[in-house]
Amino acid sequence: MKVTVLLFASVAEAAGTRQIEVEAPANARVAEVRDQVLEAYPALERFAPNLMYAVNEEYAGLDTPVEAGSRVAFIPPVSGGGGLCFV
Amino acid sequence: MFRVTPEVLDPNDAIQAVEDPAAGAIDVFLGVVRNENKGRSVDYLEYEAYPEMAEKVMAEIADEARERFGLLHCSVMHRTGRLEIGETSLVVAISSAHRAASFEGGHWFVNEIKKRVPVWKKEVWTDGEEWIEGPESLGVQQAGER
Repeated sequence: MKVTVLLFASVAEAAGTRQIEVEAPANARVAEVRDQVLEAYPALERFAPNLMYAVNEEYAGLDTPVEAGSRVAFIPPVSGGGGLCFV
Repeated sequence: MFRVTPEVLDPNDAIQAVEDPAAGAIDVFLGVVRNENKGRSVDYLEYEAYPEMAEKVMAEIADEARERFGLLHCSVMHRTGRLEIGETSLVVAISSAHRAASFEGGHWFVNEIKKRVPVWKKEVWTDGEEWIEGPESLGVQQAGER
């Protein structure tokens, strides 16, 4: 089944693309989709420990199931969470 | 009203969205682009968002804020693209019957927006650039575990 992977910010820059189509096995979970993307884009491996994921615009875990046509987003740490600066 | 847009933000849009005859207070927060961060001079910022998800997460946080603080309405606008020093990147407006709830709820609401909404910021200096990421992932992880 086909799954669309969405990349943002630092991750999109490292991959050189914002969208990847992945052919995932039936009953795949986010983890399998991630592994396929990391295999095809080794430059993304250094981001993996800090990534969050979303499936169809909802935060998801690595064990969240994906379906044909799902949008799996790789979410790098967002800009304002650390109290570094307020905007 | 929850909006992610490359257009210049007009705070009045957010204020109008939370007006209510039952409101005795409207609290407004503007996030603006500062000219330095951690002692480094900033030329401008680039904001990138996952707009469909950002607007959804804003609405979820607003539901939580209304419930926790007894607020009437919340609205959020976040700008994307290149922003110059002094420009407004974030507008939050909150209405409530009395001012205490809108101040307290507004503080909490802005913090949660900054932690959980998928918006990324790149600082551009004269001699380089950097996506602002790092320990701030903590808040997102908490959100993801909900």
